[in-house]
Amino acid sequence: MKDKPIAIQASTKDNVATIFAEDIVAGTEVVVLDPSGTRTLMTVQDDVPYGHKFALREIAEGEQITKYGEEIGVATRDIEVGAYVHVHNLDSMRGRGDLEGDK
Amino acid sequence: MPSFMGYRRPDGRYGARNLVAIIPSVTCANDVAQAISRQVAGTVVYLHHQGCCQLPPDLERVTDTLISLGRGPNVAAVLIVSLGCEGTEHERMYEELAATGKPVEIIHIQALGGVTKAIREGTDIARRLAIQVSGLQREEADISHVVMAIKCGASDTTSGMASNCAIGAVSDRLVDLGATVVFGETTEFIGGEHLLARRAVTPEVGRQIYNIVDAMETRAKSIGCDMRRGQPTPGNIAGGLSSIEEKSLGAIAKSGTRPIQGVLDYPAFVTDQKGLWIKDTPGREPEILTGMAATGAQFMCFSTGLGAPQGFPSMPVIKICGNPRTYERMEEDMDVNAGLIITGEKSIDEVADEVFAKILRVLCGEMTKNEAIGYFSAIDIHCLGPVI
Repeated sequence: MKDKPIAIQASTKDNVATIFAEDIVAGTEVVVLDPSGTRTLMTVQDDVPYGHKFALREIAEGEQITKYGEEIGVATRDIEVGAYVHVHNLDSMRGRGDLEGDK
Repeated sequence: MPSFMGYRRPDGRYGARNLVAIIPSVTCANDVAQAISRQVAGTVVYLHHQGCCQLPPDLERVTDTLISLGRGPNVAAVLIVSLGCEGTEHERMYEELAATGKPVEIIHIQALGGVTKAIREGTDIARRLAIQVSGLQREEADISHVVMAIKCGASDTTSGMASNCAIGAVSDRLVDLGATVVFGETTEFIGGEHLLARRAVTPEVGRQIYNIVDAMETRAKSIGCDMRRGQPTPGNIAGGLSSIEEKSLGAIAKSGTRPIQGVLDYPAFVTDQKGLWIKDTPGREPEILTGMAATGAQFMCFSTGLGAPQGFPSMPVIKICGNPRTYERMEEDMDVNAGLIITGEKSIDEVADEVFAKILRVLCGEMTKNEAIGYFSAIDIHCLGPVI
């Protein structure tokens, strides 16, 4: 586990972890560090750039995505374990003047 | 108890720098103020873009902010450069700054007969002020005299997981030592305001936190578009931040964990407030750096991931870089490498020790990278209404 790329889970409540390594492609094994320093081996299912996130568990469409133990957005489609999580499948719910018009 | 060597001002505050501030009371006086500052050693100039053809609350805000900048402990003396017909209250600026006991002078470009005459007169005055304050010696000052400003800019996902955490640890230490810490970037509280309100010392302060976030979000939504086109910035998204909520939570980490004592208006100068405070500011560098310098902060701790190089004329800015790759690439602009937290080589507390040591050296006169390279001219005052 020692030489594997590192991903950090900021809070144990989080369903995503942030990868701090280069060249993460689909099928790469990474070590997820939780806040207490516990290491878990996981397989990333997409190409994920440095500093970006992947799902630690299945996230259903409409479900909250959590980092730092708090909501950072909502899933816009079902997300599988190990999948890349970013603006293509995560929607912010704040500052949305475009949604106000629908009401 | 740690202490530092600072310049004692007539109002009892201690400066980390000993500067003559050339303050244009309106943007129309910028060129004269800049010419004076270029000519005279030991001066700085605030080249802002406000001060006329604005609604009365904004004109008052500009006047108050410029007064607060002049009151700052790093400023030893002030020369106000006025055009003569501007909307700001240049005479009130003079009176309130003179009341602090600092040497203060004012010139009016129109009354002096034009630009070159004003440059000549202003240069003469600035030279006298510079010599007058140049012999002042540093004296030992208790750390409780410190006012630290904090900010993050050009953030990426390392900011919220490394540099902001280190600054948060330093913030807690300074608060525990009786100093003042001020953080802002109201836009980046969106999605994290409930966490901040929970730390407020009273329910009223909690309500103020919700109110400033609501006002900022309402201003953004009133344009009728999706704020996400502006926040998070394209650079933030490329760096891995997916939403304003994620950016906010990472941003809030830099405020540490201590109780929030209150909310300061943008132009407010810190008088006897101690502990952790919020200042209502936007996130953009020129405006927040000005607002933070206006609190009377001797320095700022600035967290960055992608590498923001800018500073402020009268406030040294210590760059703490959370991204180890950026630090390697931009070491010439970055003061502390917090990226070692990401690589697992240092703990947050170890980096916080390094930041704290750098702070004490900067307070005693050591330059930051941005000071040494002279990158600090892009500043502005945050106004709320339109230019009319």
